[in-house]
Amino acid sequence: MSTPLLSVEDLSVQFDTEDGVVRAVDGVSWSIEPGRALGIVGESGSGKTVGGLTLLGLTRSNNTTIAGRAMFGGEDLVAMQDEQLRQIRGKGIAMIFQDPLSSLHPFYRVGDQIVEAIQAHSEASDKAARARALELLGLVGIPDPRARLDAYPHEFSGGMRQRAMIAMALSNEPKVLIADEPTTALDVTVQAQILDLLDRLRRELGMALVIITHDLGVVAETADDVAVMYAGRIVEKAPVEELFARPMHPYTWGLLRSIPRLTGSREEPLLPIPGRPPSMISRPPGCAFADRCAYVADECRVAEPILSPAGTTIASACLLPETGRRSAWSGLAAGGDTDAAFKVLRGGK
Amino acid sequence: MTRYIIRRILWTLILMVAVSVMTFVIFYVLPSADPAQLRAGRHASPQQIEEIRHKYHLDRPLLDQLWFYFQGIVTRGDFGISYVNDQPVAKLVFSRLPATISVAIGAAVLWLVSGIAIGIISAVRRHSRLDRTTMSLALVGISAPVYWLGLVALYLFANDIGLIPILGGSGSYRPITVDPLGWLNSMILPWIVLAIAFAAFYSRLLRGTLIEVMGEDYIRTARAKGLPERTVVMHHGVRAAITPIVTAFGLDLGALLGGAVLVEIVFNIPGIGRLAYDAILHSDLFLIQGTVLLAAFFVIVANLVVDVVYAYLDPRVRYE
Repeated sequence: MSTPLLSVEDLSVQFDTEDGVVRAVDGVSWSIEPGRALGIVGESGSGKTVGGLTLLGLTRSNNTTIAGRAMFGGEDLVAMQDEQLRQIRGKGIAMIFQDPLSSLHPFYRVGDQIVEAIQAHSEASDKAARARALELLGLVGIPDPRARLDAYPHEFSGGMRQRAMIAMALSNEPKVLIADEPTTALDVTVQAQILDLLDRLRRELGMALVIITHDLGVVAETADDVAVMYAGRIVEKAPVEELFARPMHPYTWGLLRSIPRLTGSREEPLLPIPGRPPSMISRPPGCAFADRCAYVADECRVAEPILSPAGTTIASACLLPETGRRSAWSGLAAGGDTDAAFKVLRGGK
Repeated sequence: MTRYIIRRILWTLILMVAVSVMTFVIFYVLPSADPAQLRAGRHASPQQIEEIRHKYHLDRPLLDQLWFYFQGIVTRGDFGISYVNDQPVAKLVFSRLPATISVAIGAAVLWLVSGIAIGIISAVRRHSRLDRTTMSLALVGISAPVYWLGLVALYLFANDIGLIPILGGSGSYRPITVDPLGWLNSMILPWIVLAIAFAAFYSRLLRGTLIEVMGEDYIRTARAKGLPERTVVMHHGVRAAITPIVTAFGLDLGALLGGAVLVEIVFNIPGIGRLAYDAILHSDLFLIQGTVLLAAFFVIVANLVVDVVYAYLDPRVRYE
């Protein structure tokens, strides 16, 4: 592994609200090397989007407290002055968002919006920037790019809009692209095309891709490494094959068992994770997942688990014994039910 | 677009006819003075009054009168005669137009510039002391009646009765063609008084819209591109938030050009508003018709202009 391009260390983001302090991101660490793809998975409110926005300084305000470090090119994005960070936005690190229709300005032509992105970081002439915009639209696979340059976002289809967003994000050849739920607002067939495109661009341009999603399918398709987030923290981190083959955290088990499998029988029920994530304002002591965990032990409600190695490449934040978890998942993966897994994991007690 | 505009212009004509019919009907249904008697003067004999009644078709049924009125407009460009002033309505109205245009345009520039500036600053620096101060003042500005503000302004600054006599007061109007400096001096107070209420409304409107727009996803995109905050606010935020301002501005200006009645009366400015006010006081039928038609014309045209401009401002709007 080469040196990390972007390295997030113990990042925390807190919002002061009328109801109290929301700990949206709570001590998150990850890093990414050039050309790699990291998937950050979690349900709504797990802090995955806030984390991405914070790297670009887009959550900065009087009501926000940001702690930790995010090292990029030898400098800390968290401590950086606004103006210096602005120059990194779109140039060093670019970001695309969930809903491409609302993310593009409705009153400006798509070409002009890309030209603006180019000229935000270079002295390129209008003509040169326009030529570059045309090239970018071609690169992201928009047919008849010359005509599309002068179209408005509402004249594009959903998939085309996200392609245009990607073209705009690529305009200054960023080293890192953060894609926040890039396919969630799109049709299934279009989703696959956009993921293929992101994958192709990452390989061709050698940029690092951080893909934020709630969808394990998206992760399986695009990511090299995965971080699973729950209630503002990373609860499990592993290479993608390892995570799908031998997950060590009960929350990840829940995620994996709640998606349908093509190989499974039609009668096999989908298993939702019961309950809801805890309040981010008054977080109970112990493991944040304890209330929803089928295998919860007494100590889980007292001590906070920390992310620690649970094998050669996987790290997991769970207090339950490692060997027990390993055999419990083997049982679940083979089609066993939760009760059987409980016996394996907590049998003695 | 061209077809749309042509259709709208045809509608304008129909609306204008409807407006004059309604004015006629209201004039006759509501109790008012006898126009023939007014025209004849105080010491006229019953015979003279009958002659006048006949001459101006006042003895004919309402429909006939309407017919003669429209016939006059279409064939001779004749909008009737003012009984009180003994002058053609068209001539009277046109002679008063410059004063009203002076009041309206000057005030419009003032309120547009100040309203937009205050709105943007308040939205960007929301909850700051500046924002709270300007928005409280704006509330006062919206609530204060124009005639009251006008009287206060005269009391404070008019060069005849004011505590600090520095500006032209009531009745100081000079046409710009005759005395440009005198014109400016006489216009400043009316402009400010008229602009305060509008600027207050515009700044609050823009502040609200801009705050909403600044929370939109495309603003986040603009920031993520690395644009300077100034560009994000002006080029992306204000550009999207300005459309309701344009609509309001067109309609307000259109309505004002038809006569800024209150301001013209308080400051004794010989504009359309005062002309209409006097015409109503004297039951001067054709003069009322003339001023109402002019006001209707400005409002309808302003609506048309606003709709056309809107299509250019928001590319998603297309008229078929």
